Amino acid sequence: MRFVDEFRSADKAHALAAKIAELCEPGRQYKLMEVCGGHTHTIYKHGLEDYLPESITLVHGPGCPVCVIPMGRVDDAMALASEPDTIMTSFGDMMRVPGSKGSFFDAKAAGTDIRMVYSPLDSLKIARRSPDKRVVFMAIGFETTTPSTAMTVLRAAAEGLGNFSIFCNHVTIIPAIKAILDSPDLRLDGFIGPGHVSTVIGCRPYEFIARDYGKPVVVAGFEPLDILQSIYMLMLQLSEGRSEVENQYTRVVPWDGNLAALRAINQVMELRPYFEWRGLGFISQSAMRVRPEYAAFDAELLFDVPGVRVADPKACQCGEVLKGVLKPWECKVFGTACTPETPIGTCMVSPEGACAAYYNFGRMNRRRVVEVSIT
Amino acid sequence: MTGRAGPDAGPEAGRPAATWVDEALREHAEHAGPAAARPGAAPPEREQQVLDRIDRARRRRPRVREERITMSHGSGGKATRTLVEAVFLEAFRNPLLEPLEDAAQLHLNGSRVALTTDSYVVSPLFFPGGDIGDLAVNGTVNDLAVAGATPLYLSAGFILEEGFPVADLTRIVASMKAAAEVAGIQVVTGDTKVVQRGKADGCYINTAGIGVMEHEMSLGVANAQPGDAVIVSGPIGDHGVTIMLARGELDIEADITSDTAPLNGLIADLLSATTGVRALRDATRGGVATILNEVATAAGVGVTVNEDAIPVADVVRGASELLGIDPMYVACEGRLVAVVAGEEAGTALAALRAHPLGEQAAIIGQITDEPPGIVLLKTAFGGTRIVDLLVGDPLPRIC
Repeated sequence: MRFVDEFRSADKAHALAAKIAELCEPGRQYKLMEVCGGHTHTIYKHGLEDYLPESITLVHGPGCPVCVIPMGRVDDAMALASEPDTIMTSFGDMMRVPGSKGSFFDAKAAGTDIRMVYSPLDSLKIARRSPDKRVVFMAIGFETTTPSTAMTVLRAAAEGLGNFSIFCNHVTIIPAIKAILDSPDLRLDGFIGPGHVSTVIGCRPYEFIARDYGKPVVVAGFEPLDILQSIYMLMLQLSEGRSEVENQYTRVVPWDGNLAALRAINQVMELRPYFEWRGLGFISQSAMRVRPEYAAFDAELLFDVPGVRVADPKACQCGEVLKGVLKPWECKVFGTACTPETPIGTCMVSPEGACAAYYNFGRMNRRRVVEVSIT
Repeated sequence: MTGRAGPDAGPEAGRPAATWVDEALREHAEHAGPAAARPGAAPPEREQQVLDRIDRARRRRPRVREERITMSHGSGGKATRTLVEAVFLEAFRNPLLEPLEDAAQLHLNGSRVALTTDSYVVSPLFFPGGDIGDLAVNGTVNDLAVAGATPLYLSAGFILEEGFPVADLTRIVASMKAAAEVAGIQVVTGDTKVVQRGKADGCYINTAGIGVMEHEMSLGVANAQPGDAVIVSGPIGDHGVTIMLARGELDIEADITSDTAPLNGLIADLLSATTGVRALRDATRGGVATILNEVATAAGVGVTVNEDAIPVADVVRGASELLGIDPMYVACEGRLVAVVAGEEAGTALAALRAHPLGEQAAIIGQITDEPPGIVLLKTAFGGTRIVDLLVGDPLPRIC
């Protein structure tokens, strides 16, 4: 199939893998972080690690939108949704994320009106059709999804739609990367930069990583060859002693980002002073809220939000996994108490979460399995 | 109206985490045994210890944790399996039910008979390539046929919502009649109930079916043996993608129709051509991936599949790529998965391809010793991964 198969060619992958292996210095270990959960998903779904030498370890970063939502925020959303005459709309990924009293699916089963939408704009259709209900969109995601939420609010404002609001949980990627770089328990050699976030913010925001921290960054696409090529580009920088921001995903990512999208975000939203991230704690200026000019669309002002902080379960090591300090299987409860059926941590929920990706796709002894599948 | 609360309110002590977490942890501590990964062990060894621990956890007796039924319980994946085993099998347990095959195999006065039942709640009721009526006949015919039985008679129960158009009902029943004629069965008994408006979604149908087993062989997923071949009878996922698009929520238009069809003719041809067939399943809810997992678990074998070899229509691949779902989990209504002795694979494939419903049949993989209970996929990209059961329905990804 065109536009898919050419990015999944096993022949090209073998050629790239050989070049990557040549760039490895004997005795040196390399830790590269793919920031984005979409990359984590691709890596596991296509078995990309089979192509990497043992000296290269991929560390799965924090760029999974539902993985970073703290439990208290899920509880708040459910409190909003259970208000009378209220319909909550949500992306599918969010439906299984556990709060302290279960997930959206559980709340739906108990009678709360929570509906899955494919685009925030679908929420407006529901709001128009149900003028006697209040429709709240559970807005989550990094800069990839923020513009579509902003456009939805602008559309609602233009239409004068009075029964639509958003519960804004949009987060920004740069402060999270900075928190990881400043974390003492981690040594990374380079970053595979998030592709879809960069279609919006461009490549310039990563320059501090190369300049101030001396780590190379390659913004990458989401097909397996994109990621393999990005690893090659990172290894080439490392072997030549360079640390620069490079763009592998040129077919989609403009260096300066998407100004129209950034303008829309800036018109509707502003930075919060700080926001709690699941497992990473409070990070300053790391999330967005609705600007006062659009207060009529801000569910946090329109509804009584409990705002109670819920501590992560002690046994859950999502934070360490999100920072890449632990591999998913190194978490104490991985696969036993915490499974995709009954996730304790959010990393086990989304297909982009590192734990879910490992559990669903990579739960095997890679060496033994490779031997089996070759015969 | 309240001020901003929550995330901006500052890091104060929160309330303790949920009680269900404590419960899961307690249960884990009781069952997990001593093999918590030893920190001193070398990483590959530690990873293997964790994998062994997970394997033990997966063999624990299933328990429904939810207080209420959620949509996941109807998806055909892990949540469905847990519900069936923990509630239904627990209550009705008997040797005929226990294999949890598509049809029960009974001995009645010296003859071998297969019995099955299935309910149909598809929405929309009418979709490209079929409607709930075809499904209700074909689905039950197929559940009998994959047990190795010749389907003979069906019952039909209708639950109708007040206000449902009689013209639609007539159209559905006409489809059932046509499907019954194609499959060569008769609907010989039935039931009608009407519920108040809002208590059902138009029309639900239940059919039960009975058939006779004319072949000596006993089919079942537990029969799979290392060296066997895994065959699918045609492109996968057409029905599921057709339904997703027909719901009109995705704003994707594509030229695709449901694969709903009776498989009894195809299966009769296959079983006459070879005695090497060990198991047959029709790949409905949960798709081909779920069946392969049932084979791996029931027979205690590994299943290795080549992604390149799996027939998938471009439309299905394209829609799946857009939605971030995997065709391996998408339902079919007229495709079967066959496990066939390795030396008979060629004969079986030829027999399937000779039938109009099996023209695009393909050998997609084989049964292996290792790793037991696991389905491995050799990806088209050249990597390896496992294919697990999903918990619920495939959920579209955010970005």
